[in-house]
Amino acid sequence: MNLKVNEKLDVVELLKDLENYAPKRRGWVWRDQVGTQQIGPFEYKNCSTNLKNSIGIPASDYFNGLDPQPQEVITTEIASGRFEDDIRRMRMSAWHGADHIMVIRTAGQSHMDQLIEGTPQGIGGIPVSRKQVRAHRKALDIIEDEVGRKINYHSYVSGEAGPDIAVMFAEEGVNGAHQDPQYNVLYRNINMVRSFVDAAEAKKVMAWADMAQIDGAHNANATAREAWKVMPELMVQHALNSIFSAKVGMKKENICLSTVPPTAAPAPALKFDLPYAVALREYFTEYKMRAQQNTKYITSSSREATVTHVLNMLVSRLTSADIQSTITPDEGRNVPWHIYNIEACDNAKQTLVSLDSLMDMVELKKDGYLVEEKREIQERAVLYLEEIIEVGGFFEAVQKGFFVDSGKYPERNGDGIARDIHGGLAAGTVYERDEDYMAPVTAHFGNNNVGQYDEKFVDNPSGLIGGCSLENRELIQFIDELDEEDNVYKRMEDSKKYRNSSIIKPEVQWLGDGVVQVDLFLPTDKRHAKYAALEFAKHMNLKDPEVIHIEVLHPTEGSRVQVKGVLDFEVDLDKLEIPPEPILLDYDEIREFVKDRPIKVVAGTLGEDEHSVGLREVIDIKHGGIEKYGIEVVYLGTSVKVEKIIDAAIEENADVILGSTIISHDDIHYKLMKRLHETAIEKGIRDKVIICAGGTQVTPEIAVEQGIDAGFGRESHGVNVATFIVEELRRREK
Amino acid sequence: MKKLLERDDDFLLRRNHIKNLSDEELKNKFWKLSGEIVDPMIDLARTHTTPSIERSVLIRMGFSSLEAKPLVEMVLDRGLIGKGAGHVVYVVSKEKNMAVRDAGLELLDGKHWDFVLDYFNKRGEK
Repeated sequence: MNLKVNEKLDVVELLKDLENYAPKRRGWVWRDQVGTQQIGPFEYKNCSTNLKNSIGIPASDYFNGLDPQPQEVITTEIASGRFEDDIRRMRMSAWHGADHIMVIRTAGQSHMDQLIEGTPQGIGGIPVSRKQVRAHRKALDIIEDEVGRKINYHSYVSGEAGPDIAVMFAEEGVNGAHQDPQYNVLYRNINMVRSFVDAAEAKKVMAWADMAQIDGAHNANATAREAWKVMPELMVQHALNSIFSAKVGMKKENICLSTVPPTAAPAPALKFDLPYAVALREYFTEYKMRAQQNTKYITSSSREATVTHVLNMLVSRLTSADIQSTITPDEGRNVPWHIYNIEACDNAKQTLVSLDSLMDMVELKKDGYLVEEKREIQERAVLYLEEIIEVGGFFEAVQKGFFVDSGKYPERNGDGIARDIHGGLAAGTVYERDEDYMAPVTAHFGNNNVGQYDEKFVDNPSGLIGGCSLENRELIQFIDELDEEDNVYKRMEDSKKYRNSSIIKPEVQWLGDGVVQVDLFLPTDKRHAKYAALEFAKHMNLKDPEVIHIEVLHPTEGSRVQVKGVLDFEVDLDKLEIPPEPILLDYDEIREFVKDRPIKVVAGTLGEDEHSVGLREVIDIKHGGIEKYGIEVVYLGTSVKVEKIIDAAIEENADVILGSTIISHDDIHYKLMKRLHETAIEKGIRDKVIICAGGTQVTPEIAVEQGIDAGFGRESHGVNVATFIVEELRRREK
Repeated sequence: MKKLLERDDDFLLRRNHIKNLSDEELKNKFWKLSGEIVDPMIDLARTHTTPSIERSVLIRMGFSSLEAKPLVEMVLDRGLIGKGAGHVVYVVSKEKNMAVRDAGLELLDGKHWDFVLDYFNKRGEK
C-alpha cells in the first residue's frame, strides 16, 4: 500500500489481507546521531536528520519551513480505545516528529490471564490484540516510508499474560514495551513470585526481538503522597528491573529507565529534579534514559502541563535523554485528543531544538548544593538496598511495605504498598520445573532439558520441532474476530458516512465524534461560572456539555472555563461556497506593467503601531517585496498619523497608500482604515489613490467594508499586493 | 491490615559506614547490592514455570491463544506442568509420529492423555 500526501490512509484497505501481513522488520531503532550539521541558515549540534515529509512548528513559516528534528526519539501516547482512529493520529504525529508510538492498553488488560483477540473497543486505551497490533504495525510500515524515518511501535508486556504478550509482540514486529515486574506487584496486585518468574520469560523473548524495554519506576513517583521524597526508591526500582533484565540476557543499551523529574512548581522543582537526574545518570551509564514528564502534579490546565513538560525537557538537555516522552497537555482531564498529541510533539520539538548546543554554553557545577544533594540521594539509595537484603530480600521488603512509602528513605511513614508473597492475583500459580522439563522453542528462559532428546539442539531448542514461530511465521495462528457486535467493522459501519466522504464533523478522537471545546471567560465566581458555562454550552447546541477545566482569575471578578460538548451538525464540503484562490500575476507581467506605467506607493504603520516587520516584508526587495517589480516606495516609518500619510500621498503624487495595522484591540485596525478612506475624501484625493491596508488580524472582506480598496491578511506577501495594484490600475485606467 | 513501619529520618546515623566511600566505591556498592537482590529471583525463574510461560511456549509452537489456554489447563489438571506443556505436545508428536499442531489439537480433543501420563511415569521409574 502506497500512501499519497493528498490521500487519506484507508483503514478498510489496510485491514484487507491482514492475516497474511508480515512486519517489515523487528527491533528498536534510534534516530541517526549526526553530530554538528548545517540545516538552513543554522548550525545544530543536537539534531538528527531531517524528515522527507514533515510539518514544522508554526514559527517555521518565518524560517522557510525549517523543521530540524531533535536527536532524541520522541514518544507520543495514543489511546483512544479505537485502534482504527488511532491510525490516523499516528500519521499526523509522525509528520510532527513522533517516532515512538506508544499504544496504551485498555483498562483491566493486565488482569486478563490470556491474550485478547479481535478488535473490541477499549476504555482509556485499546485491548492489545494480535489483529490490532498487526494493523498498527502495518500502518506504521507505510507511514515511516512517507515521513522517511523508522517509527517504533510500543505497548505493554505486563500483567498476568506477560510472556504470551511478549511472544505475540515478537512475532508482530513490535519494537518496544514496558516490562517491569515491580509494576505488576505494586500497582496491579499480581502475585510477586508469578510476576518475577513471568518477567524473566517475557524479557528473554523481548531480548530476542531486540525490543527496547521501558521500566515502570515512574509510577512510584505518580503514586507516592509526597512525590519528591521517593527519589531513593526510584533509584532502587530502576536498578532492580535493570539488573534483572540484564541478567536474563537483555542488552543494556535496550534497557531504558522511565525516569521522571520528581516534582513540579510551585515547588522549587529544579532543586530536586536536577540533582536527582544527575544522581541517576551517574549510576546508570550503561543504560538508556527515557525522560518521562512529571504527571503527579498534572492538573486539567493544558497550559500548566505544557510548562511542566518544557521544564522537564530542560532537565533532559542539562543531563541526557535518549527517548523524550510527551505527556499530552490534556492528559490531566481526558484521554488524549488528536490536537494535544500534536501539541505535545511540537512542544518537544520546539523546546529541544531551542536548547540545541546548550551544554556548549553552560555546565553543571562540580561542587556545592548540586553535588552534595546528588550524593545524598545515592547514599540513601544504597542504604535502601542494604536494608532490603537485611530483611531477607525483595519479596520480604515488599511484604513489609518498603515501596511507595511517602517518607524520604530511610524515613518511613508507614503508608507504603505492602503485598503478601502468597497473595495477589494468580497467587499459587508458580510450579517447579522437573529435571526433565522441556520447551522446544526459541527465547525460552531457564532450565530446558533439550539434551534428553537431542544433544545437538541444546543451544537451539526449537530445532527439535523444525523451528518455532519466531523462525517460521507460517506457524502463527491469526484470529480475526471473536465478537460479532464489538469489532472494528461494526464501528466503521457506524461512522461510514464520514469515511472517505465529503461530509465532515468536528472531532477530538473518533471519526464523527462531533466533540468540540469552547473557552469562556465569565465575570463571576467559580461555582456560578461552572453552571453558567453549561447553560451557554446548551444554547450553543452542544449536547452532553461538560466542564473540563476551570480557573479562578479573581474570586469574584471572573473565572475561565473550558467546556466540551457534542456538536451534532455536519458540513458537506461539496456544498461549501469557497472564494477562489487569488490568481497572482507573474513577475514578468508586473515588471512590464510597471515599466510602462510607473507606480509610486507611500507606506507606513498606522496609529500607534511600532510593528514594522510585516510591512517591510511586503515592501523590501530583499524579502521579495513590491520593490522588486520596480514599484517606488516612500516608506514613512512607524506610528504614522492618518493625516500625515494622506498628506504624503498628495505631496508625492502617489498612486497607492499602503498602511499596516497590527494592533487590533477594540477594532482599532478597522477604525484606522475607515479614517484613511474618509480623510482621503475630505482632502479630495480618494479617486486618485488606491488605499490598501494589511496586518495579521486583518480579514480582507471586513477591510473593504471600511471603504478602502483592499485588505491583506497574514497569508499575503508582496506579490499579492503588487498583483492587486496592477489589476486595480488596469481597471481604473481602462 | 498490618501496621507498617514508621521511622524518622535517621540518614545521618545510618550513613556512617558509607560516608567515606568514594563516589566510585559507592556506585560499585549500589550495583553489587542490586545484583545480590535479584540473584535469588533469577534462580527462581530459572527453575520454575507458570501457566503464562507455558502458553507462550505453545504459541511459539504454532497454537493460537484460544488453543494454548485450555491445553495448559489440561496439562495442569494432569499434574504435568513440571514437564512443560510444550514437552507434552512434543512427546505425542514424536511418539505418535504426528505433526506438532495435530498432536496439540488431538490432546485438546482429550486424546493421548493416558499415553502421555504413562510415558512420563515410565521415564520417572527409570
